[in-house]
Amino acid sequence: MIDLIDVEKTYNTGAGPVFALRGTNLHIDRGEFVAIMGQSGSGKSTMMNILGLLDRPSAGRYLLEGQDVSDLDPDARARIRGREFGFVFQAYNLVPRLSAIEQVEMPLVYQGAPDRHARAAKALERVGLSAAFHKRGPTQLSGGQQQRVAIARSIVVEPRVMLADEPTGALDTTTSAEVMALFRELVEEHGITVIIVTHEPEIAALCDRIVRMVDGVIVQDATSRHTAPEHRGEVSA
Amino acid sequence: MSLADSFRIAVRAILANRLRSILTTLGLVIGVTSVIVLIAVGQGAQVGVASKIRGLGTDLLFVQPGQSNDRTTGARAQAASLTKSDSDAIVAAQIPGVIGVAPQISFQSQLIAGSLNSRGPIIGTTPDYIAVRSSAVAEGDFITDADVERKALTIVLGSTLATTLFPNGDAIGQQVRLAVGGPIGFNFRVSGVMAPRGGATDQDNQAFVPVTTMQSRLPFTRNATGEISVTQISIQMAPKADQDAVKADITNLLVSRHAVATPDFTVQSQNDLLGAASEVSATLSILLGSVAGISLLVGGIGVMNIMLVSVTERTREIGIRRAVGAQSRDIVLQFVTEALTLSIGGGLLGMALGVGIALGLDGRQVAGQAMTTLIQPWSIAVAFAVAAGVGLASGSYPAFRATAIDPIVALRNE
Ligand SMILES: Nc1ncnc2c1ncn2[C@@H]1O[C@H](COP(=O)(O)OP(=O)(O)O)[C@@H](O)[C@H]1O
Ligand SMILES: [Mg+2]
Repeated sequence: MIDLIDVEKTYNTGAGPVFALRGTNLHIDRGEFVAIMGQSGSGKSTMMNILGLLDRPSAGRYLLEGQDVSDLDPDARARIRGREFGFVFQAYNLVPRLSAIEQVEMPLVYQGAPDRHARAAKALERVGLSAAFHKRGPTQLSGGQQQRVAIARSIVVEPRVMLADEPTGALDTTTSAEVMALFRELVEEHGITVIIVTHEPEIAALCDRIVRMVDGVIVQDATSRHTAPEHRGEVSA
Repeated sequence: MSLADSFRIAVRAILANRLRSILTTLGLVIGVTSVIVLIAVGQGAQVGVASKIRGLGTDLLFVQPGQSNDRTTGARAQAASLTKSDSDAIVAAQIPGVIGVAPQISFQSQLIAGSLNSRGPIIGTTPDYIAVRSSAVAEGDFITDADVERKALTIVLGSTLATTLFPNGDAIGQQVRLAVGGPIGFNFRVSGVMAPRGGATDQDNQAFVPVTTMQSRLPFTRNATGEISVTQISIQMAPKADQDAVKADITNLLVSRHAVATPDFTVQSQNDLLGAASEVSATLSILLGSVAGISLLVGGIGVMNIMLVSVTERTREIGIRRAVGAQSRDIVLQFVTEALTLSIGGGLLGMALGVGIALGLDGRQVAGQAMTTLIQPWSIAVAFAVAAGVGLASGSYPAFRATAIDPIVALRNE
């Protein structure tokens, strides 16, 4: 479903080029639950951004369901993003003045989808937030609740892929476990592909497959569970 | 995204920052308000002046002294170029179309009755004045031919003047002292009180005396040759008279009487006065309109400024919206709608305020004059359209700036 072929990403900074990704090859199938690990600055976020069509590779190709999406214009990428991907960020990234239900309705607004309220309510229900939370703004929610709203916002469009960059980075252990259970449920019950970035081994251990990165290169790709679907993760040195 | 959705988002954003939204639109509110009010005042003044000119009477010609070009006498002063004998000559000439001639001499003076006094214009005239100026006496008699003949010390008071000097309403037959200056003064007997004329000028504060009385009692009203110089000759024309022909006849008559090459007087019809007045008030309207237009422009710049700040401030929000699928046009729509909502809101508020203030000012006494305002529907439409246009223009640039925001950079932006 996802194929990164010889993907490179170079940032041109004042201090010269930074090679954030160097010839990365990665294949991820539908329904996988993947953890990407690596030290800070190893290129995890860069890869997530490219996977989520938030950014474009400097070189190489990105095939989504066999279609080359490396060279699409920003609006075409926005359309695919809204439809196919759900994003969860470490910093939640909720819009300050909107209520929980409005945050979740937002992607549907841009899709022009019907039944927005009902669908958003259902998504919030699925992440364990009852109607009592619908009207609350981000400041009236705990960190864990905010992250649940963010997850509800990402699943409301029924995406094929969920991308979560350090989703538990700001959460305590209990809440982290709950969020991970939620991801597991998405994988098992809805067949959503979940890719998370984490540097916590305990969190990574809850996934089916662990991809390790060092300096913009994937150094290890291991399936940790037998429940995971077959994959053809390649290790490139 | 539908328009209803973008409007909803815009309203949310505007309400989230109420004070700033109010301050932003204030410029536009003031702009729209002032366009409507100032144009209403300008138009009201125009109509007011016009009705005042019409209120002088109907089918009138006014002859007034002008600059003298007479080289033979040279010294003839401006105000002295028209005399009572000119007026008599016009009567004697029996110009077709002329049905009444009233010379007037006016000067400011103090009138004293017992312990009360008042200051106003004193007008020396003839009995024709009543007919020519469509006036009427409420009590007693106006100046009569006999008064003019006898140079009588008879005075007729305007209605306001009468109440000021004789609060008990018993003016007729009483003595009034006309103080010319220093110890010089004359006692006049009140023979009549004028009916109120209303209007904005001090027409009701005037007093009338026989023109001949002025000549004999007040030496300064005579010119170098001993004739009574008049400040104006009002001429009543027949309703169907050829006004231009009458004007020409009078001009020719006076030019030959004065023995000058070019007229040392002016002959103006009410239409001439109306034309001049409306030219003045049109200029005034344009001036007022421009001032108001500038404040609209400044208001528009305010909206643009706030929209730019707002885009910068909401970089992260824009990043989030982009991440969840907002396309460029959605972002443009959001900010343009926000700017338009602000400016249309400001425009509507300005409209309400402008109409309210203009209505409130109508008929109000300002500096002793009744103010007339006339709301012009076109000024409302123009002010509103400009406000909305300014909103659209000033929202577009920040909106396009917003689309250039890279979602990744925006999301990293803390
Ligand atoms: N916008 C950018 N401009 C310049 N350098 C960048 C930019 N984004 C990331 N980098 C650099 O690319 C490398 C990989 O960054 P990143 O993908 O954020 O790493 P990680 O998420 O694993 O910490 C780092 O050296 C980082 O400094
Ligand atoms: Mg990172």
